Amino acid sequence: MNLTLKIWRQKNASDKGKMVDYPISNISPDMSFLEMLDVLNNELIEKGEEPVSFDHDCREGICGSCSLYINGEAHGPDRLITTCQLHMRTFKDGETITIEPWRATAFPVIKDLVVDRTAFDRIQHAGGFISVNTSGNTIDANAIPVNKQDADDAFSAATCIGCGACVASCKNSSAMLFVGAKVSQFALLPQGQVEATDRVLNMVKQMDEEGFGNCTNTGACEVECPKGISLENIARMNTEFLKASLKG
Amino acid sequence: MALDSKIPQGPIADKWTNYKNHIDLVNPANKRNIDVIVVGTGLAGGSAAATLAELGYNVKAFCFQDSPRRAHSIAAQGGINAAKNYQGDGDSTYRLFYDTVKGGDYRSREANVYRLAEVSTNIIDQCVAQGVPFAREYGGLLDNRSFGGVLVSRTFYAAGQTGQQLLLGAYSAMNRQIGRGKIKMYNRHEMLDVVKVDGKARGIITRNLITGEIERHSAHAVVLGTGGYGNVFFLSTNAMGSNVTAAWKAHKRGAYFANPCYTQIHPTCIPVSGDHQSKLTLMSESLRNDGRIWVPKHMKDVEAIKAGTLKPKDLAESDRDYYLERRYPAFGNLVPRDVASRAAKERCDAGYGVNATGEAVFLDFASAIQRYGKEAAHVKGLNENDTALVTKLGQEIIKNKYGNLFQMYEKIVDQDPYNTPMMIYPAVHYTMGGIWVDYNLMTSVPGLYAIGEANFSDHGANRLGASALMQGLADGYFVLPYTIGDYLSDDIRTGPISTETKEFEEAEKEVRERIEFFVNNEGSHSVDYFHKKLGKIMWNKVGMSRNVQGLTEAISEIKALREEFWKDVRVPGTNEEFNEELAKAGRVADFLELGELFAKDALNREESCGGHFREDSVELDGEQKGEALRDDENYAYVAAWEYKGEPSDAVLHKEQLEFNDIELKQRSYK
Amino acid sequence: MSGILNSSIGRKFAMALSALFLMIFILQHFAINILSVISPDAFNEASHFMGTFWAVQYLLQPVLIIGVIFHFVMGFVLEIKNNKARAISYAKNNGAANSSWMSRNMIWSGGFILVFLVIHFIDFWIPEINTKYIVGDMSGTLPSGEFRYHEELVHKFKDLWRVALYCVGFVFLALHLLHGFNSAFQSVGANNKYTKGLKGFSKVYAIGVPAGFIFIAVFHFLNH
Repeated sequence: MNLTLKIWRQKNASDKGKMVDYPISNISPDMSFLEMLDVLNNELIEKGEEPVSFDHDCREGICGSCSLYINGEAHGPDRLITTCQLHMRTFKDGETITIEPWRATAFPVIKDLVVDRTAFDRIQHAGGFISVNTSGNTIDANAIPVNKQDADDAFSAATCIGCGACVASCKNSSAMLFVGAKVSQFALLPQGQVEATDRVLNMVKQMDEEGFGNCTNTGACEVECPKGISLENIARMNTEFLKASLKG
Repeated sequence: MALDSKIPQGPIADKWTNYKNHIDLVNPANKRNIDVIVVGTGLAGGSAAATLAELGYNVKAFCFQDSPRRAHSIAAQGGINAAKNYQGDGDSTYRLFYDTVKGGDYRSREANVYRLAEVSTNIIDQCVAQGVPFAREYGGLLDNRSFGGVLVSRTFYAAGQTGQQLLLGAYSAMNRQIGRGKIKMYNRHEMLDVVKVDGKARGIITRNLITGEIERHSAHAVVLGTGGYGNVFFLSTNAMGSNVTAAWKAHKRGAYFANPCYTQIHPTCIPVSGDHQSKLTLMSESLRNDGRIWVPKHMKDVEAIKAGTLKPKDLAESDRDYYLERRYPAFGNLVPRDVASRAAKERCDAGYGVNATGEAVFLDFASAIQRYGKEAAHVKGLNENDTALVTKLGQEIIKNKYGNLFQMYEKIVDQDPYNTPMMIYPAVHYTMGGIWVDYNLMTSVPGLYAIGEANFSDHGANRLGASALMQGLADGYFVLPYTIGDYLSDDIRTGPISTETKEFEEAEKEVRERIEFFVNNEGSHSVDYFHKKLGKIMWNKVGMSRNVQGLTEAISEIKALREEFWKDVRVPGTNEEFNEELAKAGRVADFLELGELFAKDALNREESCGGHFREDSVELDGEQKGEALRDDENYAYVAAWEYKGEPSDAVLHKEQLEFNDIELKQRSYK
Repeated sequence: MSGILNSSIGRKFAMALSALFLMIFILQHFAINILSVISPDAFNEASHFMGTFWAVQYLLQPVLIIGVIFHFVMGFVLEIKNNKARAISYAKNNGAANSSWMSRNMIWSGGFILVFLVIHFIDFWIPEINTKYIVGDMSGTLPSGEFRYHEELVHKFKDLWRVALYCVGFVFLALHLLHGFNSAFQSVGANNKYTKGLKGFSKVYAIGVPAGFIFIAVFHFLNH
């Protein structure tokens, strides 16, 4: 395959940045998208140019490192996958592919396509945990039965990989799906009940302070989420938040 | 220096309890005056950092990723073992201990493994309390499944994302401590050296991967939870960033490196498709619960399948060779990983590989789909003889169990595994070898600890499935927090460690010089060019099957490649920026040294054990003909290598393994 | 409870509550208007009651006005805040791939509804207020002694341009409701396995009510 890539290049956080065109040829349809970028980078290095920086690590869709807004969509046009699982067979020979970093004020660009997602970590620091000591001297794991449906729903919420596609796809750059998933995971489990009030209030407060936008329920996040996290998690967080606000 | 494993006295079942009863403790007020550095934030590092902070130590945690949550533990799929015996199928601490030692081909330290089995049950209690959403049964209790090499169901799981859920549990425990200010988290920081003061590990040198700043960090003890070195093969199931640098720097500062040649080649990975490939993807071992592995019996069918004229699902049962079931009737498709991998290689070497490269075998779910489908039809009172209905019901059940893995497979290979068997082939997955540690998990450098995959201790020559998660969390949550206290109790009056000393200065200078070299070297090839070459040498000559000639060649080829690398590597950009190539250059430089030691270790060990298979050490006759042959008389030891400059100059120290509670036997899965 | 409006979810909740309130109002408005087609007398009776009953005039009417103003002001405030959350926009964005046009353009459909409302107030509400509270005529009748409401309504819908304008206004209302109805329920947390039926109902409401208003306008235009 022969392709034209339009890639966002930005030297560092203070640089203005611009889109740059790169032609690339001899791409196999069996390559993953990131392997295609590896080929580009290798060519750039051997030509003495600066390779394109992008975040990536596990390359099997679970670490949440890779990002990229490809042809106007987070993780590209395919569904339920991350960019590292996107394969070139999705594209047509001769196509022009636009590649941009996640765009959100809360995710400033570090370099090229690499953005700073530590805002997500800070939201988790504010309450994304159950305050139980790691001594191992807790009650037996089977002491509290958990309804299977609740356990499964909690798991589905917990499969979030923290990649930020929800924020990137949202027209408002809202982080509600990310936060909703974490709040839901704990809200659905008996172990999470004790701190439910503080957790949701603190996490939402931190989310707002980080500069994410407001949710307007467009549902783009759910569609683009590589793990298919449901909007129901946002609804659940809304309920949890209101309950907590009335109590607090 | 003689190796002292510091195994406590007494019967094996009491060792850990007695040990805990007699170690020195640090009182809570004094813990506030003690700093601990934890490098790596996977299951081992993350759980250790959280627990140490909770105990009251000041923890500084480091990871090269942008968040601790992205450590590669997250990719572990299948599950975590624990001797809970919830299924009442005969499991016990002893049996988990026994299975692990046997699975490791009798090359692990008994006392460590027993302790691991002992604390395994706490892990499950702990994780449930943290809100880890393990799979449950309809009654609300935890579900289990079985893994390779064992005869009980003791594996706890969360679909095919157990590692993710456990890591997020540890990450949440860390978050709680970061929020409290007890852990200071350094994301996107790479450790580039260990600093020793008066013979003790007292700090590290790091590079800020965003700004390039070289930083000094001091502490009273340093803990490495930096994972394995499978990426020495270039292609592996490890993450792209997984590297040996932290461990290798520790080695260069005096930590012995143990059994580097013990590498696990995982039997069920998606085969290599071309030269562009950057990594290999694992298909969880749990698939072997339901998938049957086969190749065609006849060469004509192999050729027809390769040519696309025969669909694998149309090949008659009688023309298929379910070679694992044939060779190992007792364990069948659930033999341990090393055995399954070698058997696949044996068939493919004989020409029966089923894809274009000849390096793939089938993993087939058709019979499981039929079996489950019939069961479901029976339960629902539907017609069990309606094939279409049974297939549909069966596929739904398989989807519930392995949906995410099947989806992953389909995305990569572009084939639907519900309707055609998966193609799989072994790939490098885990390294049992690592930094040598004693019972306290301390390396041969005082104050320097290694936990999780980074150390060598618990899996011997082969790791059983679902045991890596167990070991990582056991080390971090329940072992290190005790053992490190014993060491730190001497440090309560030391006070803060200054970074303004000549030791820090020298270490920083070395780090800077190396970086300067890379960015200024006028070479012609990218770092990956060398890494791929190294990977080819390793895979072809130090891979699944090893011999004297290949290993000798590998040693000299790696040495030559290393020299070429230092002459001809090209690193674009500067130090003072986000520069992934620069980071990679440092890592590959270390792989190029490790690779040689790896081959040297493999050459030294003239026996076959676990993941280390020497062609010159096999059973020559009898029922076990062709199977790996151990040499307990001469090689029942841990090979711990001391750094002396060039890898070829490394000095071997032997820790003799003693087996008092388990009888050494030929590992039979027949 | 304090500061709830300072949080993103609180604002979203307030937006949803005002929306739900307005949707109930619209339904009520529609119920009375449709009487103008069925029975002019009943329409006159109902209109007179609404126009003169104290609780409606002095309680509900101010609440409604505040609700409308709040909904619009908050809508614009949120839009500005949300724009700030993405300082640099994408060179290429394929919003249609993951969300409906309606959901992405609430500010535009809302803006047009605002324009329509201004016209609607000039047409009906201001004359009404003028008659009742400035002129002081609370009788609700024409000089002929008959109720004036139906007559005034019919009179307004004689002009083609006005009918067309109202129809466009209602189309925007439909577009706004097509996203807004469900969205309001999602915002107050009603999205789970028990609320699947809501989606269907929301479509019926979002299309049915504006279509009904269009029918009324066109009916009067054609019949008088």
